[in-house]
Amino acid sequence: MSGYRIVHYMNQFFGGIGGEESAGIKPESRSGAVGPGMAFSKALQGKAEIVGTVICGDGYFAENMDEAVEEVLRLIGEFKPDAVITGPAFNAGRYGTACGSVADAVGKKLKLPVVSGMYQENPGVDLYRKSVIIIPTSDNARGIKDAVPAMTNILLKLLSGEALGDPRTEGYLERGIRVNTFHPRSGAERAVDMLVLKMRGEKFETEYPMPVFDRVAPADPIKDLKGAKIALLTDGGIVPTGNPDRIEASSATKYATYSFEGVRSATSDLYQTAHGGYDPTYANQNPNRVLPLDVLRDMEDEGVFAKLHETWYTTVGNGTPVANGKKFGSEIGAQLKKDGVDAVILTST
Amino acid sequence: MRLELHRARVKGIRWGSATALAGDGVLQVNRDELLALIREDGRFAGVDADLASPGDRVRIVPVKDVVEPRCKIEGDGEVFPGMIGDVETVGQGKTFVLDGAAVVTCGKIVGFQEGIIDMSGVGAEYTPYSVTFNLVLIFRPVDGIEIYEYEQACRLAGLKAALYLARSAHESGAAADRVETFELPSVPELLSAYPKLPRVAYLYQLQTQGLLHDTYVYGLDAKRLIATIIHPNETMDGAIVSGNCVSSCDKNSTFTHQNNPVISALYARHGVDLNFVGVIISNENVTLIDKRRSSAYAVKLARILGIEGLVISEEGFGNPDADLIMNCHRAEIAGIRTVLITDEYAGRDGASQSLADATKEADAVVSCGNANMIVELPKMDRVIGYTDYVDVIAGGFSGSLRADGSIEVELQAITGATCELGFTRMGAKTL
Amino acid sequence: MVKEIERYGLPIVHICTIVPISLTVGANRIVPAIAIPHPLGDPTKTPEEEYAMRRAIVEKALSALQTPITEQTVF
Repeated sequence: MSGYRIVHYMNQFFGGIGGEESAGIKPESRSGAVGPGMAFSKALQGKAEIVGTVICGDGYFAENMDEAVEEVLRLIGEFKPDAVITGPAFNAGRYGTACGSVADAVGKKLKLPVVSGMYQENPGVDLYRKSVIIIPTSDNARGIKDAVPAMTNILLKLLSGEALGDPRTEGYLERGIRVNTFHPRSGAERAVDMLVLKMRGEKFETEYPMPVFDRVAPADPIKDLKGAKIALLTDGGIVPTGNPDRIEASSATKYATYSFEGVRSATSDLYQTAHGGYDPTYANQNPNRVLPLDVLRDMEDEGVFAKLHETWYTTVGNGTPVANGKKFGSEIGAQLKKDGVDAVILTST
Repeated sequence: MRLELHRARVKGIRWGSATALAGDGVLQVNRDELLALIREDGRFAGVDADLASPGDRVRIVPVKDVVEPRCKIEGDGEVFPGMIGDVETVGQGKTFVLDGAAVVTCGKIVGFQEGIIDMSGVGAEYTPYSVTFNLVLIFRPVDGIEIYEYEQACRLAGLKAALYLARSAHESGAAADRVETFELPSVPELLSAYPKLPRVAYLYQLQTQGLLHDTYVYGLDAKRLIATIIHPNETMDGAIVSGNCVSSCDKNSTFTHQNNPVISALYARHGVDLNFVGVIISNENVTLIDKRRSSAYAVKLARILGIEGLVISEEGFGNPDADLIMNCHRAEIAGIRTVLITDEYAGRDGASQSLADATKEADAVVSCGNANMIVELPKMDRVIGYTDYVDVIAGGFSGSLRADGSIEVELQAITGATCELGFTRMGAKTL
Repeated sequence: MVKEIERYGLPIVHICTIVPISLTVGANRIVPAIAIPHPLGDPTKTPEEEYAMRRAIVEKALSALQTPITEQTVF
């Protein structure tokens, strides 16, 4: 036997167990190829072999995602594979999500090459395109004849350890991952080339398409300020002197929480800035200029609001990736909610 | 205005009895004479000098600035006007260049933003200053010095050393092996010379945000500048000097101001594909009203000049993204086509949004790379400067400097790696 | 960070200097600050004047938190 051992993940329908009435089945495995696996076996041309198939009902997977992923991974692992195929799921939403989720876990936990296939608008694409190589397919199973060779090619390439090139030439869905590369020409030359094309009305290609930022509906306002507990946050990098949690001057990977207990004002003997993106002189002289504790304490005393939340949160917002900011916000928000905070003030430099 | 750059190729660097460019192209430096000149500034408790050549297993850290040795040999004024000389207009006549040499300033840290230059290994591929023969100045300030004073002393020392090297080499009889001529006449002459070519200008954003975030034009702190016009040749004579290290990867060093690649690229296409009408400099200040004023003014100047296309370059990241986007938006609304040059902070995994600001008009962007990318720099045989700062500089993190002397840092700690003038071939693509 | 906290239904006000960035990123309640290195202060003023400026910004932030809004609003 040449080659590599492949495990194929599919749902109950492609696994030949049944349609929606069987969607509740738990993960199970078969040795060898099943259903669409036959087509993959043929396309692999002996370079790799499908040694096993793991099947799970779409309904079961959707309702018990954590357990399902764990069990599927265990079953996959039993075959000691070199790589994994999930799907293709075409436009089946639950199946696509399962294929993405299994592929994501295979990549992260088993650290094996993995490829999936689905229709561009399958919800599994948006959920997993960043971490999973997904081949675009048609929206129904008739697309299997195109999906199989495309998925097989990528899988063999991944198995050979070859780095994948441009998504468009390789034929997988863009993951949205920015990767550095050296161009043949300098940035300045590329800019002038681009400008000449743009002014002539000819076709040019931007190197960084503008992102679309999502929106959140505004939360309801505080109804009773006098009874409210207010939390103070900053991404202006104010930290206790000496930066005990060593928050980075830029590209922060963490935030820190400290207590205001017994502190009336953000004075320079207690706090400093750890931010690498602005002149630190003024914030170091008087950290209240970033973290307005003095004012908030006075207002608390005056009864303007009920209570200043004694825990404060800080990080450095300097070239800090949006994903980190998101993670910080999500964790901090959950904690604030739990602590009974009514409203939040965030200061930025 | 017409300027000739007389370039003498430097093929090596060594200490010697007199500062001169030897027949074999090796720049010989009289160490004592150089150090005596730099030590005249009483703000240094100590100054040392060292040499680093391409391929050496040497790391220079923390780097403040890089300067190309140049001096005037004909025409008004002296290089770095307003900094170490008079404010007379430069950019005309002849300027002598030690092509392939650089002065690197290094020493006790001023702020988080200083960088790393490796002369070999992986790091050398990213910094443009690994291919120059570097004279490194290492500073130690007097005790109790004000940090602004120390920064200024470092900055001036680099300029003085660069002028000293070029002047001494030229006086010792060094001859240019290549002469480049740059000539751009007055605007009416330009317009009549190429009436059919699209009128293009360069909007050159200068970082101006305080300590280690300033830039100087003819010695004037550019944060106090209202957007204005500069002749491209003036930049070649050091009219713009860097006083910042806004993370060192996207710092426009004095070296890149002297050798602005956008200006070179526009000159190269001038009279062929476009009519290079001029350069507008503007700043990146710390208040919204300043940003709006600068942007409105810069775009207005472009309109007065009848500009149809603008290359806009950024310096830094985060809030300067707002200056870049504002300039783009205003210009496009005014009917001026734009191309932006920036770099990205897309996270170590490259999966985050890269800029802090965005606008739909920014449909033509050149990226000079993702500064968050992690690089592993091998241990070097020799360190010039002080590595104990690696953990705290921007792009470094707790544990960056390992016990074996190797370093794991983000690209942003490497001087000039993602220079937003588009100085290198670095870029980024989406996978 | 702002949006993620707001997702929990907590009203949040963003005090920041570069309002356009906050608008692009998607904060809903925005209060302009003074300058990047000193958003809630001004070193050229006396400590009393500075305190008054800071207090005015915080008061505006608290009033923003009490104002019903349906879209991004700069106060």
